[in-house]
Amino acid sequence: MTSAPSRQAPVPGATPPRPGPPPKPAPPGGAPVRVTGSASLVRSLEAVGCEVVFGIPGGTIMPAYDALLDSTTLRHVLVRHEQGAGHAATGYAQATGKVGVCMATSGPGATNLVTPLADAYMDSVPVVAITGQQSRALIGTDAFQEADICGITMPITKHNVLVTDPAEIPRAIAEAFHIASTGRPGPVLVDIPKDVLQETTSFSWPPELRLPGYRPTTRPHGKQVREAAKLITAAHRPVLYVGGGIIKSGATAELLELAELTGIPVVTTLMARGAFPDSHPQHLGMPGMHGTVAAVAAMQKSDLLIALGTRFDDRVTGQLSSFAPDAQVVHADIDPAEISKNRRADVPIVGDCKEILGDLIAAVKSEREHTETADIARWVTETSGWRESYPLGYDWPSDGALAPQYVIERIGQITGPEAIYTAGVGQHQMWAAQFIKYERPSSWINSGGLGTMGFAVPAAMGAKFGSPDKVVWAIDGDGCFQMTNQELATCAIEGAPIKVAVINNGNLGMVRQWQNLFYAERYSHTDLGTHKHRIPDFKMLAEALGCAGLRCESKEDVDATIQQAMEINDRPVVIDFVVGKDAQVWPMVAAGTGNDQIMAARGIRPLFDEDV
Amino acid sequence: MTMTKHTLSVLVENKPGVLARVAGLFSRRGFNIESLAVGPTEHPDISRMTIVVGVDELPLEQVTKQLNKLVNVIKIVELEPTTAVQRELLLVKVRADATVRSQVLETVQLFRAKVVDVSPEALTIEATGTGDKLDALLRMLEPYGLREMVQSGMVAIGRGARSITATAAR
Repeated sequence: MTSAPSRQAPVPGATPPRPGPPPKPAPPGGAPVRVTGSASLVRSLEAVGCEVVFGIPGGTIMPAYDALLDSTTLRHVLVRHEQGAGHAATGYAQATGKVGVCMATSGPGATNLVTPLADAYMDSVPVVAITGQQSRALIGTDAFQEADICGITMPITKHNVLVTDPAEIPRAIAEAFHIASTGRPGPVLVDIPKDVLQETTSFSWPPELRLPGYRPTTRPHGKQVREAAKLITAAHRPVLYVGGGIIKSGATAELLELAELTGIPVVTTLMARGAFPDSHPQHLGMPGMHGTVAAVAAMQKSDLLIALGTRFDDRVTGQLSSFAPDAQVVHADIDPAEISKNRRADVPIVGDCKEILGDLIAAVKSEREHTETADIARWVTETSGWRESYPLGYDWPSDGALAPQYVIERIGQITGPEAIYTAGVGQHQMWAAQFIKYERPSSWINSGGLGTMGFAVPAAMGAKFGSPDKVVWAIDGDGCFQMTNQELATCAIEGAPIKVAVINNGNLGMVRQWQNLFYAERYSHTDLGTHKHRIPDFKMLAEALGCAGLRCESKEDVDATIQQAMEINDRPVVIDFVVGKDAQVWPMVAAGTGNDQIMAARGIRPLFDEDV
Repeated sequence: MTMTKHTLSVLVENKPGVLARVAGLFSRRGFNIESLAVGPTEHPDISRMTIVVGVDELPLEQVTKQLNKLVNVIKIVELEPTTAVQRELLLVKVRADATVRSQVLETVQLFRAKVVDVSPEALTIEATGTGDKLDALLRMLEPYGLREMVQSGMVAIGRGARSITATAAR
């Protein structure tokens, strides 16, 4: 009884730290090596190809941060708020097509990731979030900084997992990256208790994935593709309705080929701006609430919508019952649950858009060999006519103030299509979607589904880390900018010289626009005082955050100020564009009304019935 | 709008939190669960849920598609009442003193239920069957006084030799 050492009480010094150099990375596919859980985590991230992690350390994730210090390939970017880490991971993923990674501690660190995870979920962005958790014995006891982040993020992640065994870390990370990046992409959260990170375990790579319930369909059904080809060949008023899935599947070349093969007009949703060149003669612009008259009208009058990687969002369809009433629908998407969710599909095609389009091009060619192709010349003329008759435009404010649309248009023209543009949410976002011309995929990054104010600056930071050679503009509003501008300190210190255009109208502009139109001009709590009091002074704020601060208040100075910003590349630049508060986003389909009720501008209702 | 009842057999990975994922999905998508039963299967890694949901045909398609998107859900099969055996379990405590006990016992026999506990004041009765049968039994017992009852969710299994778990276990 006395000779047996106690199993519980640790003997001090019984397991001394191993002498010698730090453990070497495991050889690929090699024999298991003994490491801590946190080293296993870092090695797994390295092995899975992760290059950049955005995050903030804290109590429970500290072991992981200790191991990060030894990594030679992982770049960690210390952000100022976990929300910034999450949006940066999203911006990184959207710019590069790779998985974006963010890291936070338990409790408030993890809950601060909730908004970016919901954002990434709505916009189908591959993001992996790694959170610390209280030690296993403390889970469920309301311990310090304990939050059930798996429970909290269940409805806003594609998947999440609490790792309770350090031996499971490599598999958990490999599965998280696999789930995040395949099928319909989305965010995955891996929650790891502190004692799991501290425990000694074995690491080997690659782990075996065990996902019996996860089998995304990528190969389309041949019969469905042939059915679609028949409808496409027979349609007289077809429209290619293109969504963000085309960009995510890397199918823009195939889209261009199908469009040019058939001559069918194209519309690109908010998430798909850049999927088809804006300069292309077949492009009618963006559909939806603030879409072009041509894009909205073409869908309304269409007899065949070819929906590719898109989900018939309410902001696109308007009132569903009156949306595209005469159209048959071919709906291609990798997520079967999107098909016939909002609008019944006549021909559903489940699969990866790149594969679908490849097959569809061949099927349309073969269909054309033995069937006469319907003549769509009249339709093309008609849709082009709408584009010529109702181009996007804006009036200059009568009080002599700067037009926000002009500022955004000039940024796009001066910087060009090779740059990356991010936006917050509101009027400036819509103007950036309308007045910047996008020619290539992944050049436009915004918060489409969730509509997250404050997205622009951290997303631009993430995009800059992903594409350091590209100019990255954050088009932001003064409301949005005040939500996340602290990440400019991160940009300044960590070397992400982004450019921020604050479209400062002194108000929560989109809300103000609705108050003007639908709430009898009762401006309840939308004046931020940024104009009246110049609080904050964005120029001084920028300088305080280690950026160059510029200000522009007149049309004459716009080009010179943008040029000046373009020449500063050693630190971030913020331009305070003081613009008129009364500018509005047009065209507009009022919420809850049908797309036929589109207003080209205030009081101007297009009359397209004349030719139909 | 008429709602039809549909019985879904859902094979899921036997992991913590899977029930919460399924239940959460139903509530946030606005689908109404009428009955839910979970238990083990012949494979230790797989649990089986029997979910009765009251929806029309098109929303049902959404239910199954959304369920299929859950990573831990392996397989979903809709069991038609005509080709499946459906059972619920009922335990009910009926007021039954010496004056009415024999009448209650007669009802119990009629429904092929059984008495699992007896006391001077009450009988506890166990019955299995379809929801309709159990409803009928309860109607017969009600006049005596129902002191307490508990009922399980429905479990169901397809008729014939085919197994829905055979392929899922691979």
